Amino acid sequence: MSKRVVVDPITRIEGHLRVEVEVDENNVITKAWSGSTLWRGIETILKGRSPMDAGLLVQRICGVCTYSHYRCSIEAVEDALDLKIPENAKLLRSLMQSSLYMHDHVVHFYHLHALDWVDIVSALSADPAKAAQVAMKYSATPIAAGEGELRAVQERVQGLVNTGKLGPFANAYWGNGTYKFSPEQNLIAVSHYLKALEVQRKAAEMLAIFGGKQPHPQSLVVGGVSCVRDMLSPARLQEWKQKHAEVNDFINRAYLPDVLMAAEAYKEEPSVLGGVGVKNFMAAEDFYLGNGEYLFQPGVIMNGDLSDVQDVDLTLIEEDVTHSWYQDGAARHPYDGVTEPNYTGLIERDTVYGKLPTFDNDGKYSWVKSPRYAGEPVEVGPLSSLLVAYARGNKQVVGAVNGLLEATGLPVEALFTTLGRTASRLVQTMLVAENSLKTFDALVSNILVDESTYIEPVIDPNKEYKGVGVIEAPRGLLSHWIRIKGGKIENYQAVVPTTWNSGPVDANGKVGPFEQSLVGMKLEDPTKPLEIIRVIHSFDPCMACAVHVMDYKGQDLGQFQVAPNAC
Amino acid sequence: MGQYDALFSRGKKRLSELKKLNAVKSTPLMQRLESQGISRREFMTWSAQVTAMLSLPLSFSPLVAEAAEVADRVPLIWLHMAECTGCSESLIRCDTPSIDSVLFDHISVEYHETLMAAAGWQAEENLEHALEAYKGGYVLAVEGAIPTADNGHYLTVGCKGHTGTEIIHHAAEGAAAIVSVGTCAAFGGVQAAAPNPTEAKGVDQVVHKPVVNLGGCPPSEKNIVGTLMYFVMFGKLPPMDMYGRPKWAYGARVHDNCERRGRFDAGEFVEKFGDKGAKEGYCLYKVGCKGPYTYNNCPTERFNHHTSWPVLAGHGCIGCSEPNFWDAMADFEKPLGRRDIHSLDKTADFIGTAILGLSVVGLGAHAVAGVFAKDVEDK
Repeated sequence: MSKRVVVDPITRIEGHLRVEVEVDENNVITKAWSGSTLWRGIETILKGRSPMDAGLLVQRICGVCTYSHYRCSIEAVEDALDLKIPENAKLLRSLMQSSLYMHDHVVHFYHLHALDWVDIVSALSADPAKAAQVAMKYSATPIAAGEGELRAVQERVQGLVNTGKLGPFANAYWGNGTYKFSPEQNLIAVSHYLKALEVQRKAAEMLAIFGGKQPHPQSLVVGGVSCVRDMLSPARLQEWKQKHAEVNDFINRAYLPDVLMAAEAYKEEPSVLGGVGVKNFMAAEDFYLGNGEYLFQPGVIMNGDLSDVQDVDLTLIEEDVTHSWYQDGAARHPYDGVTEPNYTGLIERDTVYGKLPTFDNDGKYSWVKSPRYAGEPVEVGPLSSLLVAYARGNKQVVGAVNGLLEATGLPVEALFTTLGRTASRLVQTMLVAENSLKTFDALVSNILVDESTYIEPVIDPNKEYKGVGVIEAPRGLLSHWIRIKGGKIENYQAVVPTTWNSGPVDANGKVGPFEQSLVGMKLEDPTKPLEIIRVIHSFDPCMACAVHVMDYKGQDLGQFQVAPNAC
Repeated sequence: MGQYDALFSRGKKRLSELKKLNAVKSTPLMQRLESQGISRREFMTWSAQVTAMLSLPLSFSPLVAEAAEVADRVPLIWLHMAECTGCSESLIRCDTPSIDSVLFDHISVEYHETLMAAAGWQAEENLEHALEAYKGGYVLAVEGAIPTADNGHYLTVGCKGHTGTEIIHHAAEGAAAIVSVGTCAAFGGVQAAAPNPTEAKGVDQVVHKPVVNLGGCPPSEKNIVGTLMYFVMFGKLPPMDMYGRPKWAYGARVHDNCERRGRFDAGEFVEKFGDKGAKEGYCLYKVGCKGPYTYNNCPTERFNHHTSWPVLAGHGCIGCSEPNFWDAMADFEKPLGRRDIHSLDKTADFIGTAILGLSVVGLGAHAVAGVFAKDVEDK
């Protein structure tokens, strides 16, 4: 007899996500549904506004990958206006992009994902002296893993436990049998969790140097960047480089060793050996290094065939709404997206926690739409980016991926797992951190011959424009699509990484990456589904990003047009 | 100093009440800080910085230090509504050498979806437990607006499928204080911009209880933590302006403390991004700065451990801590011209003249700001 498991809220993500699964009598997942439970209507709000304001507004889609939407939107407008921005602006945007990645991936691994792998309670029974020895196994010079430091961390955790009041660590799935670290390994990871709180702050400052603040930086404009004084200040440039060195040090001496440690401890854990069900992957070109060169290449891989990487054909992207809380209609290309909300509610049924409202999975069950490429679901994210570059023979990527496989003794197939997805994020972070120094050097050389940062855009109110920005966000390929008419935004759409990954089943019954990744996995205890959140977290969900709606069909836009001098 | 004396004794009284409660942490704060490599001196410097940030006389510094030691007795419940998590991200950037450790050890975070280890059913149990166990004593922080259209079903949270409106009503009931963190919770924010398809509202429009509104998209980490500290110290909400924003943080116009103010007074303006004036640090009014219409401490406190703020990065202020700014202050890269944003705010009238470079206008603006402050004294 099958049982229904509901997980809501999925915590340690951005936004509101509900996952439901059905398990059989052996607690093996037979079906899974993922749905977002919040709709904000950002793209509806964009209509009638100035294209110059779009970047600032759509940035508020997300406060985590905040810079990604900002940049992607500005570049969509630049594409529409056919604007070629100065080299300095390209390089500065790339430096900000690298800074975001160094921040975002570290926060994801330690503060959002780590507690799925690390049992804090178990760290209490560790021997700090032994743990310090264990740390040396994964790094010759580990950070925050000396005996004294580890003992202090352990005492701190013990102090918390003694109070009987665990605060943010209360009532988690501690003691679950799928936690595989030894007490010593857990203690090392807890120490790095705390250290990472400090490091992530520095990483955020890196972006703020050229971005004004983080989250929600404010120094990009259509036509370039505004931070010309920061660019021309040797002190500012060095400030970035100094912080880069500190964060990079943590990445190499904590993040890398911790992933190696996880790969070793978890390499036979069934719940992390699957998790890549949809074997189609797509990635964008990104991370400008200067001189026309990029760190990662774009492409599409279908059916896991690494011998055949195709170029991305943007005309093949469509969004389906069959099982999303919008009025039905045929799948549409983003330039022509039409959507009206149509909430149909939850339905009551028996679950492992008793009677609860649950997804109407035969009907509609999510505010996320289902993007498809040539009719197929596709996974995007660091794993996809690396696979595409790897299959294209990118020397750095091939070297780094092979190096990781060698260090862990894992076969290539290990990439196509939950563990592989998490490890790919580390490899991407390391490559980005290392290569951003090339971008930095290119900027320093270029300033000597050219100080320009901006080219003024011109919008002809009598012309119609359309444009697209396609970049790689920390969670994968991101595209923003804009139509401009009469100098104002006529239509705007964002097709977002988490939309690709988390969308519900489509009209043809094709299942997306989140849902497919859970099927076949056995749960130790369906009332404490640690395995589910571990797999879902490996995608790094960002739900406010994923939910977006454009157009009220036929609605008179005049009634809410923004007229700047009307007040 | 009379008013400060009263405030100081109120703070003292509050702290002694807090101390009577059972301590959450077994080891004293200083011992815990020392184990983190933080010296007494560093801790006192931190207290002094927080004191200055709260616009209090330095004599309050020991009170702040004392407050930090008992702060763990105040449970914090943080709810996510219609939002982007930017405010939580801002919170975890808390600066000065030890603030993340201080927060980690001293405020008891009972519920926070981005940080907590528990998920799903177990997370909801934590919330229910905290609402019951700390009834009347917890601080409720809310991030995000409340969607109210169509029975609020544009947002549901938790296995039981409760709407955002149901959750907020329930949680507000037993709160000792409610803090709307960020422009979305305070004023509806981006989802409430025209045409506001979900009828998103600020928390104080939904719960009808006193609420502190921390405007800003996001508010700086200092404004978030400073406000929590105020409650811990004095056991009440801070004096607020007409929009419910703490005066210590939002009492002055961005324009009045701006590092480019001298350029404004001298009539030196950036005409377009990247021009000579941009390289020289001229005033950004003509490329759209909304600093003259915006109340916040960005120029003095900045963001990310004092690293920068938008105007330093060459982009005008967009007015993100003001109600309805997405509509009222667009276009963001064009000057607003002669407009009244607030009914009390006549300063905008001076702007046109100010462009001519008359420094006397600056004085006018300060005078108006003074009147403004008087009108909305702490009740």
